[in-house]
Amino acid sequence: MLRIFHNTQFDFIRWWKTAAMATIAFILLGLGSFAITGAVNYSIEFTSGTLVQLEFRQPPNVAELRAAVTPVAPGAEITQYGSATEYTVRAQESEQAGAGGGAESVGRRIQQALAAKYGAQGFRVVRTEAVGPRVGAELRRGAAIAMLLGSLITLVYLAFRFEWRFAVAAVLSTAHDVLLTMAFIKLFDIEVSLTVVAAILTLLGYSMNDTIIIFDRVREDLRQKRKEPLRDTLNRAINETLPRSVLTHATTLAATIALIVFAGEVLRPFAWVMAFGVFVATFSSIYVAGPLLLWIERRYPRPQVAGVTARPSAPRPAARETETAGAR
Amino acid sequence: MPNLKYRLLLIGALLLASAWALFPRTVVERVKRNGVFVTDTVRRVPLKRGLDLQGGMHLTLEIDESKGTVANPSEALDRALTVVRNRIDELGVAEPVVQKVGDDRIIVELPGIDDPVRAQGVVERAAFLEFQITDETQALERSLPRLDAIAARLLPQAAARTASATAPGAPGAGAAAPTGLGGLLTPGADSARRDTTQVAAAAGSDSAPRDTARRAGDSAAVPSTNGAFSKAVQQGAGIPGQYFVAESDYLRLQPLVDSPEVQAAMPPGKVLRWGADTAVLGGQVYRSLYVLDSRPIITGEYLVDAKPTSDPVEGNAVQFTLSREGGRRFQNETSRHIKDNMAVVLDQRVITAPTIQSAIGVNGQITLGGGSLQEAQDLAIVLRAGALPVPLKVAETREIGASLGQDSIRKGVLAMVIAVLLVMTIMISYYRMSGALAVAALVTYGVYTLAVLAGFNAVLTLPGLAGFVLSIGIAVDANVLIFERIREELDRGKSVRLAIDEGFRHALSAIVDSSVATILTAAVLYQYGTGPVRGFAVTLIAGIAASLFTAIFVTRTFFMIWLSRSPRAQQALSI
Repeated sequence: MLRIFHNTQFDFIRWWKTAAMATIAFILLGLGSFAITGAVNYSIEFTSGTLVQLEFRQPPNVAELRAAVTPVAPGAEITQYGSATEYTVRAQESEQAGAGGGAESVGRRIQQALAAKYGAQGFRVVRTEAVGPRVGAELRRGAAIAMLLGSLITLVYLAFRFEWRFAVAAVLSTAHDVLLTMAFIKLFDIEVSLTVVAAILTLLGYSMNDTIIIFDRVREDLRQKRKEPLRDTLNRAINETLPRSVLTHATTLAATIALIVFAGEVLRPFAWVMAFGVFVATFSSIYVAGPLLLWIERRYPRPQVAGVTARPSAPRPAARETETAGAR
Repeated sequence: MPNLKYRLLLIGALLLASAWALFPRTVVERVKRNGVFVTDTVRRVPLKRGLDLQGGMHLTLEIDESKGTVANPSEALDRALTVVRNRIDELGVAEPVVQKVGDDRIIVELPGIDDPVRAQGVVERAAFLEFQITDETQALERSLPRLDAIAARLLPQAAARTASATAPGAPGAGAAAPTGLGGLLTPGADSARRDTTQVAAAAGSDSAPRDTARRAGDSAAVPSTNGAFSKAVQQGAGIPGQYFVAESDYLRLQPLVDSPEVQAAMPPGKVLRWGADTAVLGGQVYRSLYVLDSRPIITGEYLVDAKPTSDPVEGNAVQFTLSREGGRRFQNETSRHIKDNMAVVLDQRVITAPTIQSAIGVNGQITLGGGSLQEAQDLAIVLRAGALPVPLKVAETREIGASLGQDSIRKGVLAMVIAVLLVMTIMISYYRMSGALAVAALVTYGVYTLAVLAGFNAVLTLPGLAGFVLSIGIAVDANVLIFERIREELDRGKSVRLAIDEGFRHALSAIVDSSVATILTAAVLYQYGTGPVRGFAVTLIAGIAASLFTAIFVTRTFFMIWLSRSPRAQQALSI
């Protein structure tokens, strides 16, 4: 039997202050970078504008490319995309374009300008995207609503399945994950597209998953009514679930790395955010959700029933579940 | 062991159902053969690929409120939806999607389309057809001073200067101002403004004899030849109410003419309309400008059919048929206007303005001049499908080349295969035989997930593919939880059979809670996401549901078979 991290007795909670400082430092670093270089790099889905992805026959000279594009789309950003022959041109919608041809005509103009320069055979338009300002604003709002509502629903579910202390700790730890991920996205200059928003939400689900598994252990251990402080229970739960955590994170990371390496440029930002998510989940379920639970417990202690640490009513729904499972 | 038999039966039945759901089947759909779409039967796996995987065009249309407010946008959009759908159907695209989203938006998805410009033109075109008699009262000359005044007020000076610099070659009035216009404009505009009151008085009494009005107009026009309009507009050739404007001036004046302010400055009952085509006269490109009776003698709503024709003499044209009532009205009106010119106006642009030779009944023809046969086809399509009840504008477009889609699929599948191999290696090397059972369960997991996706008619997108790859990594989580639990129970000295029972039972609450929490998040994503992200949410939900089932039911069954078959496993579990 191959075993890793078996019967460990690490005192994880002891290091929570160091961990808290590390994560706050990282978040502050990200926020500081916000203050210096402005908001994150949003994709045109959010900012509105036009994006044209081009594939050239020969690797083009970037300065020449810029010179060809600038007259039709002033201030366009030109970025290499994956290989040396692929480029993206990203233009903001100019004021007068809205009155005449609408959002898409910028893309056509860029196409015509490039055809004049490189010839119709010299390049190929792989992808065009044009988003009007209203759509962009709505998407931003939709993403924010999705995140808030997702957290709220999870809060209610966990409060129902565990108890409110666990739910609050789990959701606050999710909020921490959002901040941490935003700092990561900002520091590594990842373009925030809808796909990346999906990755952030998956990451939140994954991290919540991890927290739930540790809390589930705590819930179970509390039911055994040992006379020990919650801190020790938490530590034991983390140690007991450690082999599972390591293995699950390993398989998820393996799948994520496969995506980073093989799935191509379009999915790469998604995969990077998910790879970071594996570490966020590991970290936050041990060092954020745990200490938060302890802190809430200290501020609002659960009613002590003759030395019993657990509130007897709390684990009841789970107990019912175990019975049905056993009956099968 | 009857229990085991039923379990196996259920797993087998589900696998069979999944295989049936995923089996390539014959479907009737539009496919492209030699560049044209035909309805044909094809065999394919019933998993729909999203636009980002097969290439195509996505359009989001919303009501263009810059052209006036709409009283009931949602209802108007419903009618517009029907029109857009009819047009798309006639365009011939494989499996188009035309949908209303919310109250204010229509999305159009056209997979595999290779001429996005044309498709967008067909969708976006208002297709409002009017027949209007051209003006014979010199209405433009009468209102030139007023138009000049408006131009002087609204046109940016810089734009006026560049336009005049490019237009000195224009014959007639245009050639009169080779000097910079900027300086000259101000006095011209001043006098024009003074004249405006004079002309307004004359034109206000429209019942006054025509020549009085004309005299007033003529006298007013004289001092303001330097105004933007009077300078640019020249008398047309032959057709009454037709004028020419140099192309460079057109670019400058076009938004002005289309503005309500300029139209209001015309005498009552008259409108200004641009021609759709340009003409070359003496090496200079000109655009026609028409003055028309604002009341159309008939509109496109009476049209019942339209088809493209090609004539060696007249060029490409669209023949149309009117309804009986429309035919009667058309006959009436045209017989009163014989020898007059009738402008065919589509979306406020004059296509042709032929002279009416005799009364026209239910059948008519719109000659396109230099237009291609495809233009005639497209025009026939939009006329047949009817005019859009509200003006629409494109709020968002996304075009993905077919090659990019194929590339994405290839890479996505490669990533998936490698991810699966990695996960299998980790599981088998760590959990040995039990790991192998989990891997076998993982295979059923993959089949179930894809089948659920096919069953719900979900669209597989690129983020969806990523979600699937990721869910393979996460799917083993439930197995890992169970296996670790079994190990713990074995450590406590329990028998193999009991340890397995206890392991599955204790792991259950954590598995259920974490799955439900993730499904809830995914459901929110589905509700608030669009396009590809929705695909991702659907894949995630299908994946979690399948993983829940395989972990607590399929793996368990495999364990039961293993225990009942292998006596050695009962002594020492390979886990």
